[in-house]
Amino acid sequence: MTTADQFVSETRRVRTDAQWYASAGTFLLVAVLVGASIGPAGPDWWRVPLEFVNRLPLVSIDTGVSDVEWNIVWQIRMPRVLLGGLVGGMLSIAGASYQGVFRNPLVDPYLLGAAAGAGLGATFALTVGRSATATWAVDPVPTIAFIASLLTVMITYLVGGTVGGSRSGVTLVLAGVAVVSFATALQTFLLQRNLDVVREVFQWILGRLSGATWDDVRLVAPYVAVSCVVLMLHRRHLDVFRVGDDEAATLGVSVARTRLVIVVAATLGTAAVVSVSGLIGFVGLVVPHIIRLIAGSGYRRLLPLSLMGGAGFLILADVPGRMLTNPAETPIGVVTAFIGAPFFIYLLRTRRVSV
Amino acid sequence: MRSTERRTTRTTRTLVGVLAGLSLVAAACGNDDSSEDTVGTDAPASTEASAAPNAPAATDAPGATDAAADEADMADVPERVVSLSPTHTEIMFAIGAGDQLVAVDEFSNYPPEALELPNDLSGFEPNIEAIAGFEPDVVLIGGDFSGVGEQLAAIDIASWDGPAAATVDDTYAQITQLGELTGHVDEADALVASMQEDLEALIASTPVPAEALSIYHELDPTYFSADSTTFIGEIYALFGLRNIADEAEGSGGAFPQLNAEFIVSTNPDMIFLADTKCCGETVVTVSARDGWGDITAVQNGAVIEMDDDIASRWGPRVVDYAAAVAAAVTTAAG
Repeated sequence: MTTADQFVSETRRVRTDAQWYASAGTFLLVAVLVGASIGPAGPDWWRVPLEFVNRLPLVSIDTGVSDVEWNIVWQIRMPRVLLGGLVGGMLSIAGASYQGVFRNPLVDPYLLGAAAGAGLGATFALTVGRSATATWAVDPVPTIAFIASLLTVMITYLVGGTVGGSRSGVTLVLAGVAVVSFATALQTFLLQRNLDVVREVFQWILGRLSGATWDDVRLVAPYVAVSCVVLMLHRRHLDVFRVGDDEAATLGVSVARTRLVIVVAATLGTAAVVSVSGLIGFVGLVVPHIIRLIAGSGYRRLLPLSLMGGAGFLILADVPGRMLTNPAETPIGVVTAFIGAPFFIYLLRTRRVSV
Repeated sequence: MRSTERRTTRTTRTLVGVLAGLSLVAAACGNDDSSEDTVGTDAPASTEASAAPNAPAATDAPGATDAAADEADMADVPERVVSLSPTHTEIMFAIGAGDQLVAVDEFSNYPPEALELPNDLSGFEPNIEAIAGFEPDVVLIGGDFSGVGEQLAAIDIASWDGPAAATVDDTYAQITQLGELTGHVDEADALVASMQEDLEALIASTPVPAEALSIYHELDPTYFSADSTTFIGEIYALFGLRNIADEAEGSGGAFPQLNAEFIVSTNPDMIFLADTKCCGETVVTVSARDGWGDITAVQNGAVIEMDDDIASRWGPRVVDYAAAVAAAVTTAAG
């Protein structure tokens, strides 16, 4: 290949990337606008985008949106939309990273126990820990869920390292299976001893965006930001991982160390969003596959597209979540799985997706 | 989960359960006449047939039931009663049958005397062996979802099932039945009469504004609520209040999870918090929620902290709950 050819292919690739990112960015923007505009209460949907423009400095439009209506959009709906974006984007990019690091298309961000640990932590906080944590300055449920989530993944990693001497992808996944079962058993036991909180815990496990507040958004955003930056910096390594551990090592990648960094970063973000919004299924599993089908399976492009696509997906999925049984809520986990499960079966039947 | 159970109960099980319970009582007492009387009073004929499948434990297992019946015959009234429901525990004490209780379930915390009884039993996942250990003459069940009655019958222990009431009348019926079961008929009748009187007096003395006041009943901080078809919802309806959860009819069952935007835009005149004990919600926490500051109830100080326990039971203290509602309505209307 001549230098000129290389230059041509490089520029073509760069242009395609820019187009992909622009499309994903547009999708996300539309999702945010749709999410912010449609709800069971508040102003007519078409007034909301106008009102956003009106609120910009130096712009004044008479949109007919009252203060009470704006209050509903800005104080109640907006944090829900933004939290949905953070959660959906984080789960998708973490899911894509996990799938890459373990070279396994069936992997989701909960694989190593992030979700089971958070569930156990939340159950603990709602049951035996309730009186002990009553005086805490911070909300104990997300705090304990977050810590338990990180601890559980750490235990999985330690256990995985002691089996067979090396932390290969397979031993880690198997360790994850064992640790998840153990955490789930503990959670079930705690729950069985405290059946009065079973509805609260069940609610938590189903996952929700319904109670989202600005505080939740502020709580989660820094973790998601750090996690996403680290994952994005390592996305080229994930492409190298595709050829296999040994081959990656011969290409100069420190396999064990890189895998640890990626898993830690993905887990940090996952633990943060899970501790606030509960276990929202299928986003982390299915969105990366959708992106692969549309834009190819190279991780350099897959990760940013998963981030934006996942954010848009969950924001849009939450719209039926609040409108389907209006004014009652449909749990978001039900909506995502309802869309995700049939789609996943379709994928399995019709395509061979290369990871 | 509890709400789901109550919903199921309401639609299908109430009469069936009551009847099944009655047939057990009848078997235990060996007195067919009294059972027919009670069944005849408030059960349509059609439900009698549906009660049959629930009753075989009492009627079809010859050895077991005969033994139980003989024993009950000798004792006349049960001397050792185990209650698996906080509501039934409250009723037992209120009709003067408290000293017949030998053990109660883990949530039976009222009246204070109940706390002096052994209270490790679970009413949700009853352990038959643990119950049998108290050698009860009869076990009171608050909604038999897992076949406890049958299991108990298999080891010659009689049981009575009084599932979650859907109306105050159901509560009266259960009080009457427990009175008959435990030999406190007069006290039970007196309790029902005084509850009826008190409720009527409360309703008569509470103003009804020209435009009905709207209320939001909060079951937990994720905005689960209860509509007017529920037991607790009926209390609000008695005072002519408009329950905002009724607008979710057909979409969330009787205990819908409401959308926050909907609650704020509906702008309820009063908010009743039935999540003070479980979840630590208060006037302060509700007022501090994003976007809730403008709600009329918050502005007017009409956020009322209720007792979760009373709100989730269907016992005699429903009158206390109604009194608190009446006081709040009087304030809000004045």
